[in-house]
Amino acid sequence: MTPRSFYRAAGTALVLILLARAASAADELNALVWCDHSDPNLLKPFEDATGAKVNVKEFEGTGAGLAIVEQSQPGDWDVMVIDSIDVRRGVDRGLFEPLPEDQLPFGDIFPEVVMDAMTKIDGKRYGITEKFGYNTIGFNKSKVDPADMQSMASLTSDKYKGRIAIYDYYLPVMGMAAMSIGKKTADLTEADLPAIKEVLVKMKANAKAVTDVVASQTALATGEADILVGGGEWVTAGIAKENPDLDFSVPKEGAVLWSQSLAMFKDSKHKDLALKFIQYVLSPEGQARLATSSCYWGMPANSKAALNDEQKTILRFAEQPDFLKRAQPYPAPSEALDKKMQDVWTEMLQAQ
Amino acid sequence: MSAAAQTRIGWASVTPALLWTLVFFVVPFAAMGVASLFPEGASGLSLANYTQFFANPSYWLALVNSLEVTTLVTIISILLAYPFAWILAFVVPERWQRLALMLAVLPFWTSYVVRSYSWLLVLAEKGAFNSALLQSGLLSDPVQLANTRAATIIGFVHFFVMLLTLTIYANLKQLSPNYRKAAADLGASPVQAFIHVILPLTLPGIMVGAFLTFVLAIGDYITPQILGGNNELLLPQLIMMQIGRRGDFASASALSIILMLVVSIAYLACARWLKIERA
Repeated sequence: MTPRSFYRAAGTALVLILLARAASAADELNALVWCDHSDPNLLKPFEDATGAKVNVKEFEGTGAGLAIVEQSQPGDWDVMVIDSIDVRRGVDRGLFEPLPEDQLPFGDIFPEVVMDAMTKIDGKRYGITEKFGYNTIGFNKSKVDPADMQSMASLTSDKYKGRIAIYDYYLPVMGMAAMSIGKKTADLTEADLPAIKEVLVKMKANAKAVTDVVASQTALATGEADILVGGGEWVTAGIAKENPDLDFSVPKEGAVLWSQSLAMFKDSKHKDLALKFIQYVLSPEGQARLATSSCYWGMPANSKAALNDEQKTILRFAEQPDFLKRAQPYPAPSEALDKKMQDVWTEMLQAQ
Repeated sequence: MSAAAQTRIGWASVTPALLWTLVFFVVPFAAMGVASLFPEGASGLSLANYTQFFANPSYWLALVNSLEVTTLVTIISILLAYPFAWILAFVVPERWQRLALMLAVLPFWTSYVVRSYSWLLVLAEKGAFNSALLQSGLLSDPVQLANTRAATIIGFVHFFVMLLTLTIYANLKQLSPNYRKAAADLGASPVQAFIHVILPLTLPGIMVGAFLTFVLAIGDYITPQILGGNNELLLPQLIMMQIGRRGDFASASALSIILMLVVSIAYLACARWLKIERA
């Protein structure tokens, strides 16, 4: 092959690849998601029904997700999974498209997780809660007294010293620390931080490790830790069959309610497909598949999710009305308070 | 060839490298420097992200932790790698050296993340290490190794011993055997010959490896995150923490610049041994 014919062939191949990409882009949905949305068991029925391909990119943490968006071209992304408390951050950046409420199953969503205050801005709906759960006490009931897990005081008592792991995410765990001393997560101010720090440092003194998502699950599953502060169904439910002793409680002080939402990008080039995807995920079938995703389980936002009895038992579906009544919202601090809370968390991590 | 032509050829030769450095190092580094001066929530230029580092003991402690861990890792790695390289260079028969070297660098072939998680399995309370010692009766209760600074150091040392072995081995192989013979002729014992002749001549190899170890370890996020268990924060973990939820790139940039300054100081300290022709 001469150099000229080589370059000609390479050029032709490049043009064909670009044409193929352009042709297929029309049938592709680009989704910025958490790991539970990467499960083929969730995506395949949608892809089969629509003939579209769902391209997912996983991220952890809203800051990292928004950074990906900011480094992308407008229109690169169609939908995003985001902490419900952070929907406003995306709206403030002008990223999200209002969702058509009349085309989404709001009537079937547990009222406590609709979260208008977080997902509805200036009268427009920008996010719909798709999954929720609790940051509370996860534990191995064969190793600890389940009665002790009904009080957050157990987390700072000597009884379980060295048998505790702490989930490494400051907002929910600081919310739990606040609840343990009678403060409301929705009313936290800078003045509350010293008392919260005191609780955190006591927890740290009792803890064997402060662990990220994967390590948290591993710690409980392998017996490295018997209690996970900040744990909940998201840690225990997915491995309940292999480890039936793993459980979670909503203690007398309550639990922190976490929730994740789906939002559509304002610059999406496939808004119809994006809406279909959101409708699918919020449908009874999509909700059951999302709730039992291989990455982590969680409660479906749609009360009519097509879960079987065993799945409902594992997720403690029947107890949700009581749990929801006693749960408090995720702390949603201002930018300035958020920074201060993160600094308190850093101080706790560095405390020896 | 005229001097002007030689100059043109010289510039033509180095221009690609200069452009590469400019585009992929200088420009991003400058962008990071600028970003660090515009803190979240501030209206203009500010050094707040830098003053925060020195004013907040938990931030400052992250650097201290990083320096302690990295220094320990470098020293332990040198102490293990030197005899290993020596054995490879002078004890292992010539025909087996290539195979031995290949075996020595095997850890490089596995993913960094996989290797760290593998160590976690070994060091966990119910992992291979504790199980072996418990079953042999040497321990009555398991010791906590996972999620500790010791685990981070073990993970790092496993990797960097290989790196240092390569640099020291290369240096040892360049040494003429006549140095040792001459020292012996002059009455030096093998130990004296090693301390006064061989060690100083292999110092460049040691320092190149030590510098690489220091730079790679102090900037690493994966190993302390997986093996250290966040019971204390090192500087790269603190940097990542700024980005995770809050997306505070200004603060992360300032901390990265500080990390870069530490690396630069380490380079200046080692510079006399890092000249290419001596390594």
